[in-house]
Amino acid sequence: MSAKVADLLYLISIVTFILALRFLSNPATARRGNQIGAAGMLVAIVVTWIKAGSTSWWAIVLGMIIGGGFGAVAARKVKMTAMPQMVALFNGVGGGAAALIALAELHRFLPDPGRPHIDVLIAIAFSGLIGAVSLAGSMIAFAKLQELIGGRPITYPGQNVGNMVLLAALFACAVALSIGVQDQWLLWIVVGGGALFGVLFVLPIGGADMPVVISLLNAFTGLAVAIGGFELENNVLIVAGMLVGASGTLLTLMMGKAMNRSLGNLLFSAFGQVSAGAAAVAAGDAGGTVRSASAEDVAVMLAYAHKVVFVPGYGLAVAQAQHDVRQLADMLEAKGVEVTYAIHPVAGRMPGHMNVLLAEANVPYTQLKEMDEANPEFSRTDVAVVVGANDVVNPDARTNQGSPIYGMPILNVDNAQTVVVLKRSMNPGFAGIENPLFYNPKTVMLFGDAKESIVKLAQSVKAL
Amino acid sequence: MSHNMLLVFEVTILVLAIFLGFEVISKVPTLLHTPLMSGTNAIHGIVVVGAMIVLAEPHKGAFTWIVGFLAVVLGSANVVGGFVVTDRMLEMFKKREAPPKDPE
Repeated sequence: MSAKVADLLYLISIVTFILALRFLSNPATARRGNQIGAAGMLVAIVVTWIKAGSTSWWAIVLGMIIGGGFGAVAARKVKMTAMPQMVALFNGVGGGAAALIALAELHRFLPDPGRPHIDVLIAIAFSGLIGAVSLAGSMIAFAKLQELIGGRPITYPGQNVGNMVLLAALFACAVALSIGVQDQWLLWIVVGGGALFGVLFVLPIGGADMPVVISLLNAFTGLAVAIGGFELENNVLIVAGMLVGASGTLLTLMMGKAMNRSLGNLLFSAFGQVSAGAAAVAAGDAGGTVRSASAEDVAVMLAYAHKVVFVPGYGLAVAQAQHDVRQLADMLEAKGVEVTYAIHPVAGRMPGHMNVLLAEANVPYTQLKEMDEANPEFSRTDVAVVVGANDVVNPDARTNQGSPIYGMPILNVDNAQTVVVLKRSMNPGFAGIENPLFYNPKTVMLFGDAKESIVKLAQSVKAL
Repeated sequence: MSHNMLLVFEVTILVLAIFLGFEVISKVPTLLHTPLMSGTNAIHGIVVVGAMIVLAEPHKGAFTWIVGFLAVVLGSANVVGGFVVTDRMLEMFKKREAPPKDPE
């Protein structure tokens, strides 16, 4: 196949990727969009495979069977709740591939010092660096979400300064590599140091902020791939990688905006760390009286309400309670209760995490209300049922300037007549921040596993 | 095409891709943010194409081969896993098929 024909076929792939992103704008066409993207990817892979010719076709096939087989099995087997760490994992291996390509390309050029152009060297140095950061950072994000290591921020003195110094040193090495010190060891230092930076960069970020981190690392991998396109003089890598780099950046900013925090604050403030002090203040203020209720009591409240709003959080995902919530909602609707779901943009561990879970349980997306739409509704809501959510309904975000989440827009569930909080215990949430909502006189707590509590509620509603 | 011409050309499409990426994504509703992240994650799986090119290049010994092979393995895990996970998520987004039934 001539290079021209191959480039034209690559153009088809590029168009399908753009269409895929466009179709993702609408729930009705999103799935088709993803399939179009996959078809375009297949075209690019087949074209490249044919172009590769006879030299290594079997090695390519073997590598793809191993990698693709792992990817397919892992993606099929994973539970909906473990989706965020799965995305982190696939993102990381993509970044790793970009870093490996940089290592291989430099090795190929080096016997001929002075041959590679400076732009190719820049591309090698920086795709190696960014790819390594993305790989290591994603693995730490994966480990945190999989709870292989603690979700709490890990901090030590001089952390940000240390990270900045490391990054500056790596940058200097990358520049040195680009302008003439052509030694493979230098690239190994850049890649190894990049991996170290990825670890140090993600470790201090609390588990609750992982969605933003994964989104940012996704953009990083896209950027590394785009830069890799310059090494290999390949348009499809440049365009597809940069589309992801740009869209991932925008998504990251949108998520930051939803939390009313700048990206710098998200990434460098070791969120959740100040909570110990603030929690003590909050608990002291509130006086610490908590009302708890039985499932039967709550069932009566729900069955005789006009309007019930479910507010799901990560606890719903952990307990796999989405199907039971939907059954409960169906029973309430059968009794003439108006049921909606209020979705905070950063509820769960990824943006839209709750939408995915509830969609899995066949909740029609017309019942899912985003924050701006949901908040004015709470004043005419009889019962707001908080299922495993915590920080996104914490009134401290509105009032307590000492709280680490002060200023984050929240779902104002305390405007409802009654708030029912389903919670395992009085332990603070993932971010470790105390929540005065639980001490509000309007609030009743229903302790226990979210799934068991919902099932009990459903049984009690049925018995009425 | 001379190397510099090619470079200018590549930088041009890079910059256009940045604007296109922003433009296409700004219309995605929050509802679809997770599938979007996962879908773009699959698209940067295009890195597998780069890995294949590296593996198919005339070799300079075992190093390039091993590294290229590893890159193909990682890249294909990214691309296959990414699209399959996204498809699983999107499979679940449906409108209500039937009006709610009364259990009685």
